[in-house]
Amino acid sequence: MAARPEAATAPGGPRPSLVRGRTRRSVGEHVIKGLLLAAAVLSVATTVGIVVSLLGETIEFFGQVSVGEYLLGTKWTPLSSGEQQSFGVIPLITGTLYLTALGLIVAVPLGLGSAIYLAEYASPRARRVIKPVLEILAGIPTIVLGYFALTFITPVVLQGIFGIDVQIFNALSAGLALGVLILPVVATLADDALRAVPEALREGAFGIGASRRQVVLRVVFPAALSGIVAALVLAASRAIGETVVVLVAGGASANLGIDPRESYQNMAAFIAQTARGDIAVRSVEFLTIFAVGTTLFVMTLILNAISIRFVRRFQQVYE
Amino acid sequence: MSVAEAPVARAVVRGSVRGARVREALFRAALLLCIGFAMLALAVLLADVAVDGLPVLSLDFLTSFPSQVFPERSGIQSALVGTLLLMVVCAVFIVPVGTATAIYLEEYADRDRWWNRLIEVNVQNLVAVPSIVYGILGLAFLVRGPLELGRVLLAGALTLGLLVLPVVIIVGREAIRAVPSSIREGSLALGATQWQTIWKQILPGALPGIATGVILALSRAIGETAPLIVVGAAAFARFNPNDLTNDPFSALPIQILAWVQAPQEEFRVLAAGAILVLLALLLVMNAGAIHLRNRYEQRW
Repeated sequence: MAARPEAATAPGGPRPSLVRGRTRRSVGEHVIKGLLLAAAVLSVATTVGIVVSLLGETIEFFGQVSVGEYLLGTKWTPLSSGEQQSFGVIPLITGTLYLTALGLIVAVPLGLGSAIYLAEYASPRARRVIKPVLEILAGIPTIVLGYFALTFITPVVLQGIFGIDVQIFNALSAGLALGVLILPVVATLADDALRAVPEALREGAFGIGASRRQVVLRVVFPAALSGIVAALVLAASRAIGETVVVLVAGGASANLGIDPRESYQNMAAFIAQTARGDIAVRSVEFLTIFAVGTTLFVMTLILNAISIRFVRRFQQVYE
Repeated sequence: MSVAEAPVARAVVRGSVRGARVREALFRAALLLCIGFAMLALAVLLADVAVDGLPVLSLDFLTSFPSQVFPERSGIQSALVGTLLLMVVCAVFIVPVGTATAIYLEEYADRDRWWNRLIEVNVQNLVAVPSIVYGILGLAFLVRGPLELGRVLLAGALTLGLLVLPVVIIVGREAIRAVPSSIREGSLALGATQWQTIWKQILPGALPGIATGVILALSRAIGETAPLIVVGAAAFARFNPNDLTNDPFSALPIQILAWVQAPQEEFRVLAAGAILVLLALLLVMNAGAIHLRNRYEQRW
């Protein structure tokens, strides 16, 4: 039984079959393994399906609109007719990044503060209260946050309490709601990263007389930095791809400006808005859904690759 | 150190200790403010929805069909039925496929093979794909294209299923990994085949974890709006979808969106009522997941 210890040290690895030869039993085992593999392959097929479904129509789109006009143009009015129709995607991309930045301005300090408190200060009892609150917040459907932004943040908080002269649909309310949306993402993942820092580092710092704040800011936080960056990148990618909050609270105009009181649209909200309308299949308006979808998909893919790279680095440090 | 210097030095130390204490307290207070904001945001959000929505809730609201004209006679029957059906069909799809994938990756996959690593990285990547992109996938492959199902409930449920499948796989893998290998080896040593070991020993042990993952995935699925918009769920459906592959369908988030965007105030209130129903549904599911986790979680 030379193979036994090997199987014990590598759970999940291949196990030596006890039955040799093609008995009926081993045929059955092979059929089952094949079925399980087929299920696993479906997830790869999903990715292939996404790429294929985006690419075909995107190529067709670029048969009618030049790549230069799409990527460099600064006027995004694909649903207008005649002379007014223009396919410059830049306002949509800057709108997406602008709304994401507003969300991050809210979520990064608050999320990191929450994570530091959770990981370094909170008693186990406080943790048991705070963690579920963050989980509930993370589980709130985005349509609810959209409703909250439109019916509470804009009229009560922005116009009422702060007296800001915002439009009904505005970047400020959508950005704040995006911040609430990704706050639990930042807090939970950064908490994991901070807690992965070994206790010995903290004790060493305490031992040479550092205060808790100094330990947190100068030892634990830098040690967890790559995990924290990964958390922020993931949160940014959530905000970039968010649809409904922006659809409900941000409005429907692709805006190249920087005034947060005005209406802004992001790529995902444009896709949803356009898919809802009655537009002819194969028309250039219909194809914009796929071109914008490809742009969004590529952007989140790049962010995700960055995040995975950071996570890998962060996992290697103390293992 | 001379004798004359000593008191001065002590005073300096004491002063800096006081300053440090203040800084420590301020830092701690700032952190507490951050947590406080998160809790406040949740509390205000729930209170806002409850204040707006509670007056609307009634049995009539649950059983009436939505109206575009009369807010007072409007209800959510078709949306609620749609959401429940979506959940059931989605579960039928993700439970076997997600569990099978998790079993394959944990029990069979040889990590030295490139295709197994590809499957793993792929699952990781799928988690981060925006939900609207899954909607485009559903539109291109399920509604039109090869399957040509049309704007029906089955297309919506499968789209949502593909969206949340990675959640089932990731949580399922953790549950399977938590079953100790001594159980596997004991079963194999008694002459059980690999599949018998998985079916009779590992799956029963991992079941609470897998079920928790499925519930989490389903609660994410029924709260999703964006993919259903693209797949073409209908707002204001006047009847329930009786045929999964023929009838148009609605869902709670779609109905909420339609009411939120309606210009009249009366309809916004209906949106709040529907949100309360959706949140109640999610609450029940999450309570179920926590119950499962506490009751059946095995300690080895």
